[in-house]
Order: sequence, then structure tokens, then C-alpha cells
Amino acid sequence: MGSDLVNIEVNGVKLAVPSGQMLIEATDRADIYVPRFCYHRKLSVAANCRMCLVEVEKAPKPLPACATPVAEGMKVFTRSDAAISAQKATMEFLLINHPLDCPICDQGGECELQDLAMGFGRDVARYSERKRVVKDKDLGPLISTDMTRCIHCTRCVRFGQEIAGIQELGAIGRSEYMEITTYVERSVDHELSGNIIDLCPVGALNNKPYRYSARAWEMVAKPLISPHDCIGSNIYAHVLRGTLKRVVPRDNEQINESWISDRDRYSYEGIYSQDRLDKPMLKRDREWLEVSWDRAIEATSSLISSAASGEGDALGILASPNSTLEELYLLNELACHYGCNNLDHRLRVSDFRDQDSDPTWLSLGCEIAEIEQQDGILVVGSNIRMDTPILAHRVRSAALCGASVGFVSPEVYEYHFPQTAYLHAPAETFVSMFVGVLAAALDILGDKPPAWIANALKGINIESEHRETAAVLLNKENSILLLGHFALRHPSFADIRATAAALTELTGSKLGYIPEGANSTGAALAGVLPHRGVGGVKRGDPCGLNVQEMLNSPRRAYLLYGFEPEFDLTNPALANDALSAADTVVCFSPFVTESLLDQADVLLPIATYAETDGTFVNAAGVWQSFNAAVDCVGDAKPGWRLLRALGNAIGITDCEYRSVEDVREALEAKLGSRKSSNRYRGKFPVSLMVPEIGEKVLDVPIYLTDGIVRRGTALQQTQIAQVARQGKSIQG
Amino acid sequence: MLNIFKTFLLGELIKGLRLTLGYFFRKKITVRYPEEKAPQSPRFRGLHALRRYPNGEERCIGCKLCEAVCPALAITIESDVGLDGTRRTTRYDIDLFKCIYCGFCEEACPVDAVVETRIHEYHMEVKGENILTKDKLLALGDRYETMIAADKAADAAYR
Repeated sequence: MGSDLVNIEVNGVKLAVPSGQMLIEATDRADIYVPRFCYHRKLSVAANCRMCLVEVEKAPKPLPACATPVAEGMKVFTRSDAAISAQKATMEFLLINHPLDCPICDQGGECELQDLAMGFGRDVARYSERKRVVKDKDLGPLISTDMTRCIHCTRCVRFGQEIAGIQELGAIGRSEYMEITTYVERSVDHELSGNIIDLCPVGALNNKPYRYSARAWEMVAKPLISPHDCIGSNIYAHVLRGTLKRVVPRDNEQINESWISDRDRYSYEGIYSQDRLDKPMLKRDREWLEVSWDRAIEATSSLISSAASGEGDALGILASPNSTLEELYLLNELACHYGCNNLDHRLRVSDFRDQDSDPTWLSLGCEIAEIEQQDGILVVGSNIRMDTPILAHRVRSAALCGASVGFVSPEVYEYHFPQTAYLHAPAETFVSMFVGVLAAALDILGDKPPAWIANALKGINIESEHRETAAVLLNKENSILLLGHFALRHPSFADIRATAAALTELTGSKLGYIPEGANSTGAALAGVLPHRGVGGVKRGDPCGLNVQEMLNSPRRAYLLYGFEPEFDLTNPALANDALSAADTVVCFSPFVTESLLDQADVLLPIATYAETDGTFVNAAGVWQSFNAAVDCVGDAKPGWRLLRALGNAIGITDCEYRSVEDVREALEAKLGSRKSSNRYRGKFPVSLMVPEIGEKVLDVPIYLTDGIVRRGTALQQTQIAQVARQGKSIQG
Repeated sequence: MLNIFKTFLLGELIKGLRLTLGYFFRKKITVRYPEEKAPQSPRFRGLHALRRYPNGEERCIGCKLCEAVCPALAITIESDVGLDGTRRTTRYDIDLFKCIYCGFCEEACPVDAVVETRIHEYHMEVKGENILTKDKLLALGDRYETMIAADKAADAAYR
């Protein structure tokens, strides 16, 4: 695309636009509205709706603005008689076969066809013959269809081809007989598929769980941040009378563009699940009592104080990395009050040997949007499509621009873009396979390895696939190595990371992490780590116990914050033993489960992401604050308020926060720098020995990652979730 | 000077009394409510009702246009997928204390489901009775369907 400007004139206004642009891009930039259905700025040009016809001087017929490149001296009229009559004629044709069911259509009120029919439609139809009827398709539990309403703009088809990378929908037939369908009767399963709902300009594709439950005009859109992955996708919560009705994407070019994953879109159902904990509960003589908040806080403070006063080591604090920054900071204050260093948020991590070499927080290594500009990406130990769908989309964009993308993973995952290399590395031999890549890189470059790794290299046979994988990062101007969830959870994470660091050092690539949870960055900044306090400052020697040690050598009291021990920990059996053996288990949780009722002594209902104010810090270090969008379910309270009240009850000084802003300011005052460098300064002696993996959970399916997602009924009915559950039941 | 004459000769008083006397002997327009009632237009806007189709299916499709148009915010609707898979209301409340009987809901309704009947004689004794729930509205519709249908037919020519 040339960067030189051409001069055009639209409705008498002179514009200078880059040559090669389409007319509609130029008019959009100049705020001149041209009606359209099939054109979408994120998709390719199809020019099949003909709604954007405009008059161009010296052109014999009206031209579609979306498919007409600008040319020097072009004179365009978007509102002339010829243009308007062409647009009106198009609208009349579109409406011939469109049903008049706007009153029951979920798109009613936010429908592009409805809006444009107001401007370009006739008041009385001239068409009195029978309208076309199309059979509805079953696209699975997430998307409802009313295919008679389809106007064949093919946005959904192009989304499948260009954004999702797997074409699940297509058009068959011509003219009157044209239909959008899945060809063979099947569901639409892509993890980004929900976006076709937003793309559909009419009510043909709609949100199934939301079906018929509200109207567009009566809901209030409140900005939120997605709580399920480290990307921090921007979303809008559509709220009706204090309840969350649906979630739609909020544009943010730097983070999620216009897309969100299905997990972010449909997880909200979990907020209203049947097993929400709605009253504070206290266990007395094996009986659960519903108590008032005052009583619950008082009981909690006396339980914790009696267990931990004067002996902070008896207390273990485990927090979900999906908690807000403010909650995590207050937990850290609570721990400091008791002199307790046993606090951790790395619930699924099992290797802590090299934790002192961790960066302040595990960063992606670059901005999220910058992933697209890499020319070499090596993804190590991640099913990236399922772990972070939006990041996978960025990787795909890079791959389509010619970047070489390689994978080192235990399984052949299905990818939606060309891969240059794939190295099969099962969990047991993961380290040796990965060290092989380093060996190959050293061999190609004829370089010497750093001393701490030399030992491990001795027994390695360099195969061709090692060389191919190493080539992904070699001789690249901009390359990055991403360590994913699988690598972070691996019992030899220290070896993997040291190898990755050596490899990136050697190839001049960046090292990046894809941390778990929405806010593990925030957790590290707020000091919810056994070896580091606020801002990554080293805690006293010896440092506290990490999550594994806390469970291996049971504490007298545990404080669990925002997760379910039987699903969110690496080793649920171990957790069960430790929690059952403890005198006191205080659990802050949005949900109540059988095992929590069994193990806990106090259950305090906390708000979920939509019900509380807070801040999430994403993997690129972007602080994103949000306000509560909906009313709390039952008697649940925002976690930061509870922790503040608990802080007052146990007598923490200066715990007089009135708002999350106060908490955040207190944290910021203590925080030196928000930055983190992924540069590896450790010298971990890499060994090819892999400790026993046993029952450890290394791969968590996309729709089982946290409590809210696990309760999303529609998500649990998807093909992906069902396959995952079957796989699990076979193993177990 | 003239005013003094007028005042003392009670001319204005007599004028007034003559008017009174005229009405005294004219035909009375007062009706003896409740035995007698003034005529009503078929467009009279009184108590609300929800109608059904002749086969018993409720007309309301839960489009919420009446709720949206209501200037007094008297209508509250919740909708969901009905048993037959169609769009149906799960709650349809009209607060009669808020309602200003403007008839916009009736105008907005695409399926002639919500109507304002000619009933205007009703009262509430217990707090909360001012809320007409969906069941009550449907019962009203069933009870007065003949009247509603006749009124609609009478008005149809002018629409």
C-alpha cells in the first residue's frame, strides 16, 4: 500500500487520503457516513451487500464504496439523488426476504438493518409475494440461529476464514437458495466463535444463553476486564436491573482489538450458578450456621488470631491469581501483621527451586500487540489457543505475515495457522527435548554453552526436528520465546526456564511468560509470594513456604482466597489431606462446594469480578481498573471490603481504606517501580532428570480453568468442554 | 355616575339570576351515577388487560415496546424463552399508581396484547394491590374480551 496521498472530493469536501485505500475507509476517517452491511474494518472486502453504493463523477453507474479504491481527482457524492436512490433500491431488495419479526428478535434495537431501514427504507412494501424461509441451523450451545433473517453479508464466513482460521460456516447455493451453513450438521466450536454474534448485522446469529431475556435498549453497558486469562480483554457487561445479562467486547486495539474469547463472553453464567455462597457461614460442632457479617468477621479474626498470633508461621495463605490487585495487597498486609511469610498465588506451579531468579513479575516480554510484529515465535509448553485465545490470535496474525512459529509441546494441538516447526515433547522427556533445541542452536551457531547448562548437553542427540525448532528463533530480527502454562506448571520448570533463557540469550530473542490467571502480575506486585514482598522486594531469610511446602507440611491454620482446592491446585489429594488436618480453615469464596463444607470452618462469600471494584494487571503490565457492574448475589461482599473489615477486627494499623482507590494508592506508595525485566540472571544447573509427575495437573482444559468458568452452563455444553471431560474421566 | 345606578339597581344580580332560572327549567345534564352512566368512547382508556388469541394462546410476545414507551415507567417486564421456544414474558407488572393512562402501551403493542379497557371503576384496599401482575391482567383480558373485541372493531375504521 503506497503511503503517498491522493486528493479526492467527497460531497464537495476536499480530502487527502493514502492511495490504495478504499473509498469507505476514507469517508469513515472523514466522518462521512456511508451505509454498509458486509464491510467490516477487521475483515476483507466482499462487496456483496451493495448498500454502500455511492455516485462517482464520470462513472456510468453507482460504485460500492467498500470496493472502490480512491484515485486522484475522484469526485464522490454519498448523498446525491443517484446515490440515495441506489441505496434505497438496495434496501428494498434486502427487505424483500427479511421477516418482520423485529419485536421478538434479540437484535431489535441494536440491528444495523433496522437502523438503516429507518433511513433508507420505504414506508410501504411493494412486494406482496411469499417471503423466503430458511431452516435454522444448530450451531451448538453458544450461538442461536434464525437463518430466515440472514441477508448474506458473509461477515461470519469471512470471520471464520480470516480471524478464527478455521472456516466453520460457509455459503451454499445461489440467489434465492443461498444459505449460510456448516455444510455438514455440526456445531461451531472455535474458541473465538462468539464474535460472529457481534459481527452479524441482523438477528440471524445471536447469543443463545441470552436469548429473549432482555432488550438492547434497557441494559446499561458497564466496562469490565475479563478475569480468565492474563491478557485482560476489555469487555462490556450489559446489565439489567443489577443483573448481568450478557458480555460483549470493548474495543482496545492494544489488547483484544474487537474480539473476545467465548470463555470471556459466556462465563458470566457462573456468577448466577445455584451454588453461589450467599450468606456468611460458621461451623459450630460440625453444624453450619448462617451468621451475620459482624459475627462472621469477629469469628474469623479470633480464629486466625488464636492460630497465628505470635507465630505467623502456623498460618498459610493461598490466594487465587484471579483476585484483584487490591484484594491481594490487603492479603499481604494481613500476612505482614502476623509476621507470616507463607503466602502464595502460584496455585498450579510445582517447581519453585529457581524462584529467586524469577523476574519481579512474569511478563509477556513485549506489548500484546507487538506479538504480531515478531518474525519468529517459539511457544514452549502451551496449548496457546486454549490457554489464551486472544494471544493465539495475535500469534496467528504474525504467522500470516510470514513469521515462523514453532511449538514445543506434549501434544499435537490443532492450530489455525501455518507452523514452521513442531517438537513433540511429552511431559516426562520435556526437558531433554527442549535442551535438544538449545543444543541444535549451539551447533548451528558453533557457540559454547554457558557453564551451568553444559552438563545437561552432554547426552543429547541432535535430531533434525531440534534443528527445525531452533531455526524459528535463529537469525530473526524480532523474535520471542513464550513459556506457557504447561511449562510453568511442569515439575522441571526451573530447568525449562534456564534452558529457555540460554536459548534466548544465544539467539538474541526476547523471553516471555504466559502466566496463569488474570492477575498473577498484580499478585507479584502486591507481594503475594513467599519469597518476595510488595514490588518484588526480597522477604527475610529464610523465606516463607510456597504453596507446595504449605501443603506438604500442614499448617495449623489456612486462609483460602477465591478458589476451590479440589480443582485449582496442582495436587488436589495433597491439599485435601492438609486442609483436613488443619485446626482452622478460613475460606473466602464466591461458591460453596461439598469439600469446602467439609474442610472449612468459616465460609465468607465474596463478590466475583463483575460485582467488585478492582484492578487487574495483565501480562504486559497494563493496569486496568474497573468498577462493580452488577449487584452482589445474596449477602456476598466485595473481597477488599471484607479484608479491610477483617484488618480492623484484628487490629492492623492504618487499615482505614474507604475505597479501592485508597488501597491502590497505599500499594502504589510502597511500590518502587511497576516495571519488570525478564532477563534471566540465575545460573540454574539444568538436569535432564524429571521428577515424578504422578497425579499433578499439568494441562487444564479451557473451560475448567476457574470456578466461574466451571459453572458456565453453556460453556460446559460445548464440544470442547465435553471432550475435555471425557478425556479426564478416561484418565481418572 | 352610571356605575352607581347599576350598582344600586342590582342589574347584574338580576342578569345572573335570570341565567340560573333558565337552567332551572332546562333539561338536566347531570347523571345519577352509579345508577346512570355517561356514554363512553370505544377509545376510553381505563384498566389494563392482556389479551389472548381465540385459541387461548397469549398474545404478548415480550417485545417490551410498551415498557420502553411508557412515560411513567409503570410497566416492568421480564422475558425468557417460553415452553414452546417462543419469546414470552415471565413477569408483566403494571403499577396503577404510576400509570397515567396515556394509552401509549396500547399504541406501541405490535400484537394488540396490552389494551386499556373501558373499566374505570376499581379500587385498592391492601398495599400492593396497585400492581397488576401478569395473571391478573390475563384474567381481566379473559373476562372482558367481548367488550375489548367490540371496541377494537368499532375503532378499526379510524386506524
